[in-house]
Order: sequence, then C-alpha cells, then structure tokens
Amino acid sequence: MTARWFSAAADDELTIFERSKPGRRAFAPPELDVPERPLDELLPASRRRAQPPRLPEVAEPEIVRHYNRLSKRNFDLDTGFYPLGSCTMKYNPKLHERVAALPGHAKLHPLQDPARAQGALLLMWRLQEALAEISGLPHVSLQPSAGSHGELTGVLLTRAFHEDRGERRTKVLTPDTAHGTNPATVTMAGYEVVKVGTDEHGNVDLEDLRAKATEDVACLMLTNPSTLGLFETGIEEIERIVHGVGATLYYDGANLNAIMGICRPGDMGFDIVHFNLHKSFTQPHGGGGPGAGPVAVADRIEPFLPRPQVVRRESAPANGAGRVHYDLDYDRPKSIGRLRGFQGNYGVFVRAYAYIRSLGASGLREVSEVAVLNANYLLARLRRAGVLEYLPAAYDRLCMHEFALSGAPMKRELQIKTLDLAKRLLDHGVHPPTVYFPLIVDEALLIEPTETETRETLDRFAELVVQILREARGDPELARQAPHSTPVRRLDEAAAARRPVVRQAL
Amino acid sequence: MTRYTSVTDDDLREMLAEIGVDSVDDLFADIPGALRLERQLALDPGRSEQEVYDELRALAQANVSTEDEISFLGGGMYDHYIPAMIDSIVQRSEFLTPYTPYQPEISQGGLQAMFEYQTAISELTGLPVSNASVYEGPSAVGAAGYVAKLEKGRRRFVVSPALHPHSRETLATMAGGWGMEVVQASLAGGLTELPELDEDVSAVIVQQPNFFGVVEDLEPLAATAHAAGALFICACDPLPLALLKPPGECGADIAVGEGQSLGNRLDFGGPSFGFFAATEALMRRVPGRIAGETKDVDGRRGFVLTLQTREQHIRRERATSNICTAQALNALAGVIYLSWLGRAGIVELVELMMQRTAYARTRLAELEGVSLLHDQPVIREFAIRLDAPLERVIASCREHGINPGYPVGRDYPELTDCLLVAITERRTRAQIDRLVEVLGAAVAANRRSTEVKA
Amino acid sequence: MAEPSYPEDLLYHEEHDWARVDGDSATFGITWYAQDALGELVFFDAPSVGAAVERGQSYAEIESVKAVSDVIAPLSGEIVEVNEALSDTPEMVNQDPYGEGWLVKVKLTDPSEAESLMSATDYQTSLS
Repeated sequence: MTARWFSAAADDELTIFERSKPGRRAFAPPELDVPERPLDELLPASRRRAQPPRLPEVAEPEIVRHYNRLSKRNFDLDTGFYPLGSCTMKYNPKLHERVAALPGHAKLHPLQDPARAQGALLLMWRLQEALAEISGLPHVSLQPSAGSHGELTGVLLTRAFHEDRGERRTKVLTPDTAHGTNPATVTMAGYEVVKVGTDEHGNVDLEDLRAKATEDVACLMLTNPSTLGLFETGIEEIERIVHGVGATLYYDGANLNAIMGICRPGDMGFDIVHFNLHKSFTQPHGGGGPGAGPVAVADRIEPFLPRPQVVRRESAPANGAGRVHYDLDYDRPKSIGRLRGFQGNYGVFVRAYAYIRSLGASGLREVSEVAVLNANYLLARLRRAGVLEYLPAAYDRLCMHEFALSGAPMKRELQIKTLDLAKRLLDHGVHPPTVYFPLIVDEALLIEPTETETRETLDRFAELVVQILREARGDPELARQAPHSTPVRRLDEAAAARRPVVRQAL
Repeated sequence: MTRYTSVTDDDLREMLAEIGVDSVDDLFADIPGALRLERQLALDPGRSEQEVYDELRALAQANVSTEDEISFLGGGMYDHYIPAMIDSIVQRSEFLTPYTPYQPEISQGGLQAMFEYQTAISELTGLPVSNASVYEGPSAVGAAGYVAKLEKGRRRFVVSPALHPHSRETLATMAGGWGMEVVQASLAGGLTELPELDEDVSAVIVQQPNFFGVVEDLEPLAATAHAAGALFICACDPLPLALLKPPGECGADIAVGEGQSLGNRLDFGGPSFGFFAATEALMRRVPGRIAGETKDVDGRRGFVLTLQTREQHIRRERATSNICTAQALNALAGVIYLSWLGRAGIVELVELMMQRTAYARTRLAELEGVSLLHDQPVIREFAIRLDAPLERVIASCREHGINPGYPVGRDYPELTDCLLVAITERRTRAQIDRLVEVLGAAVAANRRSTEVKA
Repeated sequence: MAEPSYPEDLLYHEEHDWARVDGDSATFGITWYAQDALGELVFFDAPSVGAAVERGQSYAEIESVKAVSDVIAPLSGEIVEVNEALSDTPEMVNQDPYGEGWLVKVKLTDPSEAESLMSATDYQTSLS
C-alpha cells in the first residue's frame, strides 16, 4: 500500500553538507565601494579564527532542489488530517502570510521610535483588547514567545504577587493530567510541584485538592477543559478552595478552542491566563514553532506584568482635540522585568490579529461550537463502528473539543499497542492522534479533530481505525511493523539516545 | 458557517442525530449556567478577506520600516538582505504547516533540516552540540543560566555590563525564581573586566561582539571563570563568527545568541530564533529539541528527536527546560541562509561589512563634535558620542530620511548623547556618506561646546 | 532477557530493585520487571564512588528512550564500585539485569537491613 501524500524521492537523502563541493557558491557579495583596509588593522589575528566555518558550498539551484526534496519527506496539515489532541491543528489561513509579509510589518526594526511604529503598536493594542475580551481578564502582555514561556511568566507573576504581600510560598499544584510543560515550568520558577489527583469522572479530585491546598501553596495550574477534553464541572468549587487559601488560579490556555464565546476563564475566577496563538489562533506550527504565548491577568496581578507594556495614551489637547497614540511603557516599578528581548513575536501577532478580525465575535463562537461538535461526532461514529470496544473512552461523558481513548483492551485482545495503531495510520496518509498522553490513561490516544475538518474527513478516519483493528485481528504484525510505505520506517530511537550523533562529522 | 468551517444545515442535523443530542447547546451542558456567556463577545463582526487585508495594509503603512528610511539601527537585530529563495522554501506547506516531528517516519524533511542546522551552528560556535532552536537571544541567555544553575548549584551569575540589556534583564527575571543573584562586572575601554570571583559563581556571561560592537578578548575571561569553578557562557552574534575565533575555541562551555541576522525578518522583534550550543559534557543538560541521526529497520539513514528524556514531556518537573514549541521554521530559514552564504560567502559578507563599518567609523570620527566611544576592534556596529542634544540630531536626520542609530542612553543612563550605529551589507558607501553629511550638519547646528579637533 | 526471571539467591525491594548480599558488601541492580517497564535502556546516570546511599532513597537515574526512572537503594551504605561498562552498553541491564547489568557495589552500613527485603517468591507475588 502506498501512502499517496508523499512522492517517493531517492531512498537516502543526502544532507546539504554532502552535496557540497569546494568552490561552489550561491552568494555573491555587493561590490566593495569603500577603501579597503588591511584585515590585520581592523581585527588582530589573535581574535580571528584560523579556518572559516565549514558551511556548505552549493549553488542556488542545488540548495532549492535540496530543500524542496526534503519538504516532500514531510507530512503536513495543508495535505492531511492531524487529529492531535492538545495541539489544535486547525487550518492556517493563507491571507495571514500575505499580510505578515507586508514590508511595513516585516521590515520594521524593533528599536524603531514608537512614534514611527504606530501601526504596529495599534495592532498590538487591539490584539490585547481582543484577547482580554475572549478571556475575560482585562490586562494583557504579548511578550511571551510560546505557551511554556507564558506559563513561566504566569508563575513568576504569581511569585511577585505573593512577595509583594510579604508572603513566601513554596508549592504549586498541578493536576496529574497536566501537560509536561506545567511541572517543568513550576521548577524553573523555583517552586515545588504537588500533584492533585483526578476522580472517576475525569474531574480534579476535590477532596485531594482540599487536602493539598494549604497556605504554602502559591498557585493551582489548571486547564479547562482538561487535557482529557472534559469540562471541570467543579470549577466554581475549585476557585473557592484555591482563593480561599490565598493562592492564585492559573489557566493553561491550550484548550481554549473549546470555549471561545461560550464561557471565559476570567469569569471562572482565573487570575492569570496564557494563550497559545499557534493553537486556537492559527499561527502555523512550522514543524516546531514559532508560536506566541501572551498572558492576560486580573487587576491584582496587573502591576507585575512584564516590561514593556503596550499602552494607549492621550496627549493634552493642542487645539481642541486630544491626540491618541500608542507607546511602550517601561515605567513599571513592580514589573517582574523581561522574559525576552524587544516586544515579542510580532509576526505572530499580525497573523492572530488578522484571524480575529476575519472571524469576529460570532465567528469565534462558531469555531468552538464546531470544534466541540466535530469531537463529539467523531466519538459517536467510533462508538457506532464498534471501535470503543477495543479503544474505550477513558470517561463516559460528553467530551468537549477532544477526547481520550484507552488502548489497553486493544493491547490485550489484539496484541497491538496504541503505538502500533498510530504507526499504521501513517500508512494511510493520516497523522496519528496524540499518544501516551495524558499519563493517567493507559495506552492513551487523545483525539482533537478541530473545527476546520469536514465531516467526510472524520468519517474516513473512523473507517480507517475500524480497518486497522480488523486487520490486526487477522495479522497483528502489519501494525506492529508499520509504517511500511513512508520515506523511512521505524527508527532506532534507542541507538540515537545511547550514542547521540547530533551533527554531521566534516 | 465561517469560511474555514464546513458544517451545512444538513451536516448539523445528521451530526447531532449521530451524537444523540438536540442542539449544539446541549454539547455544553457540563458548563455551569452561571458561567455561560449570555452575550456575544464584544468584538467587531468578522470581515471579508479583502477588508481584513485593507486594514492590515493600513496598519503596515503607519509604520516606518527599513524600506521607508535609511536605517543604521542595530542593537541586537539587523537589516540584512534576505534572499528570495528563503521565502519560496519556508512558505511551502510541507515546512510551514506540520506539527513538531514526534512521528519521525513522516517528518524526515523537518528532522534532517534540524540536523543540518545543528551542524551549521556547531561550525559557527566551535562547540559540538547544538539544539534545534530556542526562542531568541535574551531568553537563550536565561536558558543557559538555568543549565549553569542545574550544573553548579551556586548562588550567583557574573555578567558583562556590555551583555545586551535585554539579556541581562531576562536573566535577572528568571534568576529571581531560582533565588540567584546577577552581579555586574565592569567595562574598561569597552572591554569586560571581571572582578575577583569566589566559589559562589555558577557562570560568567559575556557577549561577543558586545552590545557596543566591541570585539572582546574571550580567552582570559574564560580562564578566570574556570579557575573559580564557574561555567563560561558566551552570547554571540552569529555572522561575526565567520571571522572571529569561535567561543568553543576560547573556552566557552555554552554559546547562545540571537539568530535573526541569519535569514530572518526584523518583524518588529520577532519571531526569529535563538541558538544554543554546548560542550559534550553538557549534552544531557541542553534544553529544547535535538535531532539525532540513526537508522530505520531497513538500514536507511534517518533522523529522530533524541535525548527526549531531558525534555518537559518526559522529565516534567526535572526537565532541563520547560520549552516545547520553539522556532523551528525560523531555524530552517537560518540554515538555508547559511547554505546560501556558504563557506566562502559568509567570510566575504562579514569582511565587506567590516570594511564599510571601518569607513563609517573613520568618517564619523572626523566630524567636529563627534567622538568614538571606544577604539577597540569592531565588526559591524560601534558607538559614538555627540556634543549636541541627541533628540535634535535624530530629528534632523529623520527629516533627511535617515535613522542614524540607537540612543544607548536609554539603557546606559551615563551615556547621554551616544548613538549605536550599525552597518550591514545593505548600507552602501553613498548611504554612509549621506549619514556623515546629515549627522555632521545636525551636530554642527546644535553644538553644546565650541571645541574643535586638533 | 525475554522471560521474567527472579533469581532465588537475591533479595528484593518493592521499588523493583535487587540486592546480592555478601557479608557486609552488596551488589545492587534493577529487576526484570523494572527493565521491562522502562524499555530499552539508553543511559545510566551513575553516582560517584564514595557517595552514600540510603535505604529507600534514590541514588541514581536510569533512562530509556521515553522514560526516566529513579533507582532506589534497597540497603544503606557507601558506593565502592560503579559498573563503568554501562556507559557504553546500557542495554546490558535489559539483557542481563542480574549479571552483567549490575549497577553498583556497596559497602553496607547496616547489613541487618537485609531482613526487611523480600524473597524472590514474595516479590513475584507482590507484582501480581
């Protein structure tokens, strides 16, 4: 069986270094138009390197051909379905690339005088306002570069908040379903992680939370819906418990796609929210970034926001009318400081802003409605097809925008694991769902279709899973040896980790 | 239906029936009534593609970009020429839209590109292990600080005052969470001078070339750091590494830096990428994704994300970093750019910039009322002091369509009326001459004193 | 090692570690169950010779491709030898967890602690 999405190029792709030949070149410098001074005069030999870096020596056509051929060894979202739970792989509108490339945005230097970057600052201001409205928290910083960067910002904001009140707390609570970035962030922010359990309905265990929510706890990090794709029905009680001990409530916005225009984390009582602009707001994933992770906070956290903040100022009326302009405000005495250089990933803001303007209020609400509809529909189709007998839903509830299945029965009865099912899906030109996460589900499969998929795509996915299960009953080896038809087959990850080769030897 | 969704009325009816509910609203039954939004979000209605385009274009036109003025701004990000080839490759769906390569069998394009990028960064920095990118320069310094903290466990960082102000601030913000202190060394004639180091320093951090464009003498600084048992971290500008002795050969344990100069847009400060390279000994502490070479079951060469046990998705609270999404697409632009420049080209490019920078520096220094802040070697950036109010000089230059540089007084209050001037390959001799002419006239018209040069 | 194996002459700790006691010295390692759960091992983050180990506390980390695990000391003592071969071939722990895959040799501080460890039979029972 051939996967139709990739065109079979050569079996073994050379690296760009292997294509090099001494003397070949793609670059020609502009003409030297100033008097040439001896190198030794400008840069003493003691500071100079003996040999230039051994970069490739290739002409332009070969570079283009090389990277084009490499691209054809990649599966991608524009080509096929990515039901990756927790990732929100929705369509990336092409308009966004056009507007992001406008020179007024793309060629704007970050240290340009704010008076001459009013378009950029206005765009950031409006994006902040929109994110504030979507989250229900009024004060936004666009600075963090990704979700985990936003998480670090949020926990450092919490630290500053407590220290400002003269309190030193040492612990942060995270559910056992938390994404790995949450506990990693907690340690990076200098706190101790305490795990809170999940009950039999897939909600945070309120008893366990009550026991662990002491006055030594700085914060509870939560996402809602959870990483199981389930709405925390006890969220109002959670808020009471956490605020009751003076801790802050942090919202990991990875699952925002389920609730835009439906409900808001600010209204649930969260103090700090981070957004993943590369999830709900269509910044393309780029094979691992860039993204952006802005934060929105409640009034009591506002003083600690990173520096600088984009602000709106009104100058004194010169002749009757005050002039509104936008600025970068550095005068923030209680700010936690900076988390990165300049203002953040502005190119990502341009795309996210274009998306919000394209969809508007009703469009964003529809995004969440269809995301949740699609997930429930897919779950229902899988149930009707009998798939859930081998891959039962982890919790027997209406899901939100994603749902978790357990591959444990499939492993027992058909002798194929979640990993094997995932690899067999690759042969059918579909990216597998998220596997082995959340950790509390055995042989987990986390499926998030998103709202931009058609019903036909979802039907086909269900049929593929049925087919793979049926095939496994007859011959489990097909899945266990899968994939068969991709540019490479299963790779020896143990060897790669034991004796890592992380660069080309030259 | 929005233009990105496909649910018709027929679809909706059948899908609701399949699920077994009456309406979409029923799907949100788990949400307590009190939390349901009873109104529309207070956002403008959605607009057509062309209306959104028009708005974004109007916003773009309200910015003065490097196409609208002759810019000598530097300070961490630079106006370089980006070859057309880069966009034609990175805009391909196969590079733009895939997810992180957790399924390596269908991600060999991205993984191999990471491997090639890692090789190129290793060559530039002279260190054997590079990761596949972090966010950008200043947070890369923070990430390196975290590795030093994990490795050494001591209470302090000693940093050069000429480490980029944003890097120093970012490190300080992050170090606050670790209960660590950031202490500044001193600067003499533009070069970093370290104080006596005790046994409580986890790392010494300097920048090469430093914020003022000055080329530091790294080896003695590294030796001092190591003698005190501290790590030596070098934040470096990648293009000058074509000529400069790489940090790895000067004793750096970790080299990080801002990658924007390598084929990435200015984009008002981001997205770009940060690079992170380290010694073999620190390999298992390096943050972020690392692509490694291996073989598949049929013996084909292939690439995978390796040493994943360092990372948050496995090691969780004990991870070497919390980083997940990084800057893969920007790093791809970086390796394409480095391939385009090539081994000979990168040297030629940087030598060209250095010659033009020397020319600009000489001509500006000859002006009455203008003096160089330092007389150390520089590559493509240097600082000058004006004997005139900076605001007026800048305003005057602006009227002539020139942005003369960055006022460093914003970050170094003692350096009033000082400008950081960057010369990239985009600045021709004619443009430099124009700068000299216009700036010279502006200084002359606004002189504070009447001193003349000998 | 493909089939579960729990040699009779060893003592076992509930965190899936074994001890081979010889007077006031012992050799430690991880059980078949532990190496099977972790998968193919890729890295043993060994402690230093001379380091103290405490019964029930972690003294090292062991890694597979997709997991990291603390290694728990079944008994208290001081490390006198570390299995250096594992830095080249950590997979030895999978292949021969009780022989060539030993992790450390320890001089015991309190040999009587061995009385609290399980026999092979009791350990196997605890696994089901």
